[in-house]
Amino acid sequence: MRTIAVVRRIFQQMLRDKRTLALMFVAPLLILTLFHFLFTSNTAENPKLGVANADDALVKQLKDKDITVITYERVGNAKKTIVDDQLDGFMQIKGEGIQLTFENSDPSKTKALQIKIQQVIAAQSAKKQASIMKEWIQHLQKTLNAPKIKMEQVSSPKMHIAYVYGNKDTSFFDVLSPVLVGFFVFFFVFLISGIALLRERTTGTLERLMATPIRRSDIVFGYLLGYGLFAVIQTVIVVFFAVKVLDIMLVGSLWHVIIINLLLALVALSLGILLSAFANSEFQMMQFIPIVIIPQVFFAGILPVEGMANWLQMIAKAMPMYYGGDALKSVMYKGVGLGDIRMDLFVLFGFALLFITLNVFALKKYRKI
Amino acid sequence: MGSIIVAKRVSKSFGKKEVLSNINLTVKEGEIYGLIGPSGSGKTTLVKILVGMDSDFQGEVEVLGAAMPNMNVLSKIGYMAQSDALYPELTGEENLQFFASLYKLKKEERKQRIAYAADLVKLTPHLSKKVMAYSGGMKRRLSLAIALIHNPQILVLDEPTVGIDPELRLSIWHELSRLKNEGKTIVVTTHVMDEAEKCDRLAMVRDGKIITGGSPSELKNQYAVNHLEEVFVKAGGKNI
Ligand SMILES: Nc1ncnc2c1ncn2[C@@H]1O[C@H](COP(=O)(O)OP(=O)(O)O)[C@@H](O)[C@H]1O
Ligand SMILES: [Mg+2]
Repeated sequence: MRTIAVVRRIFQQMLRDKRTLALMFVAPLLILTLFHFLFTSNTAENPKLGVANADDALVKQLKDKDITVITYERVGNAKKTIVDDQLDGFMQIKGEGIQLTFENSDPSKTKALQIKIQQVIAAQSAKKQASIMKEWIQHLQKTLNAPKIKMEQVSSPKMHIAYVYGNKDTSFFDVLSPVLVGFFVFFFVFLISGIALLRERTTGTLERLMATPIRRSDIVFGYLLGYGLFAVIQTVIVVFFAVKVLDIMLVGSLWHVIIINLLLALVALSLGILLSAFANSEFQMMQFIPIVIIPQVFFAGILPVEGMANWLQMIAKAMPMYYGGDALKSVMYKGVGLGDIRMDLFVLFGFALLFITLNVFALKKYRKI
Repeated sequence: MGSIIVAKRVSKSFGKKEVLSNINLTVKEGEIYGLIGPSGSGKTTLVKILVGMDSDFQGEVEVLGAAMPNMNVLSKIGYMAQSDALYPELTGEENLQFFASLYKLKKEERKQRIAYAADLVKLTPHLSKKVMAYSGGMKRRLSLAIALIHNPQILVLDEPTVGIDPELRLSIWHELSRLKNEGKTIVVTTHVMDEAEKCDRLAMVRDGKIITGGSPSELKNQYAVNHLEEVFVKAGGKNI
């Protein structure tokens, strides 16, 4: 019953606090939308390549590869030309050799351009090779006076591409978004619940409650339920927005996504109110963000954890977001069912249970019951 | 008359600093017991130990015959903290409702108690205002109303009249003696001597020790003085 009293009070306080409500319900949507446009807008311009001494066939092939080609008669300094004319790269044919110079302020752009150029050059030399071969064989036939055979032109094989996960339109955002959805739920629930209990400590109301027949566990469960209900609403809004409005790829079940996020919210909630015991002000609560929250992002699956050094993998496995991120990616991107992510769910549940128990103990410094 | 609160050899330190040393006191049923002493003498610390908010101390405390903290006893204590611990985003009424819902009160009774307590401290017209818009005195009065909300058998009030105007202060003391006549036991801390006169028995606290105790008239006779201030000076002087 006293738990319900705490829940009701938390609701009254939250509904009064419009800013916090907005932070919880609107901020994640704004950031998610921003990320969506940052990663999916395909307005990247064609790379600009300066070319000197190249034959027309080569230039044509480069143009076919969506490269904007600017031909130069002569070049003095390739680097200077790139800077002056705002090129992404410069190609000079010097007899047998090719000199490539890249602007390289965006290494990924450089890589893409370099691959395109290499493909063109490889195709060209293959063609040259073929025609030399043909000439040579014809010459051989003539000298041997053998009957003419028809040389068949080798056409490059047609490639059919299939994907285990995703499709040819999959963007990095599709892989990133499951992690982002989970992270926002985690972050905002952590912050708001943590600061709420902290305020209760600093204003003295928590201590005052100890003069009433409320149990420590009533307070912890009141907080879990009260902020938990807000977390549920937040989770549902964020997930529906991501899937229905931003059209984020969701192969698995929407309900599974919500279940995972709810578990994450529970972990964040219990962690937030636990850490608030170790802070004396809102500012000190904020100091937990770089220590506790930011590292979670690195290990949530945006960067592949399997490729990390062993000790980093150990750290990853101590982070709730590692399991949350993996579960969300598995459901949203790979479309697996609950059975395949049950380990993740168990571990998350374990984290929540651990933090809740620690919370009841942390309040012991106020009173034994 | 039975003993309601018994403290034996209570000592308390914050770190190395001893704030209470070897406190012994007994509060009897149906009396107003005053803890008088200058600020910093340890009254608040002592009172928190008595109501079971702080269990990190040496010695023994029993309230209604049970060691504190005890849930059953806690539901019979009304406590008013020295610093107002209220929820500023909530209205006065919502604060009262929240604390009322922590006790086992029937819905009808809860309504009546809220109306009674608010009226007693003259807050009825301000109940729908948020507490953050309250003045300091209004917050004190709301804290007092919260202490009374569940009709407790024991009232523990830490400097209840600080920041409250003289007229309302009189009416609060009037109400306290009415509650006493109903059989309630009241513990009050104060640093105002004229309030000490209104207590049935007093304990004078200085530097974490009870330097003397008794009813106001006993004390004045014992030290052969006309005012309680002088008792305090004389008793304190003996100890220094
Ligand atoms: N939480 C605390 N930590 C350290 N010292 C404290 C704490 N609370 C009170 N004190 C010290 O204990 C002494 C008694 O304080 P208090 O009980 O509030 O006195 P009073 O209520 O009589 O004014 C003071 O010297 C005060 O500085
Ligand atoms: Mg005090």
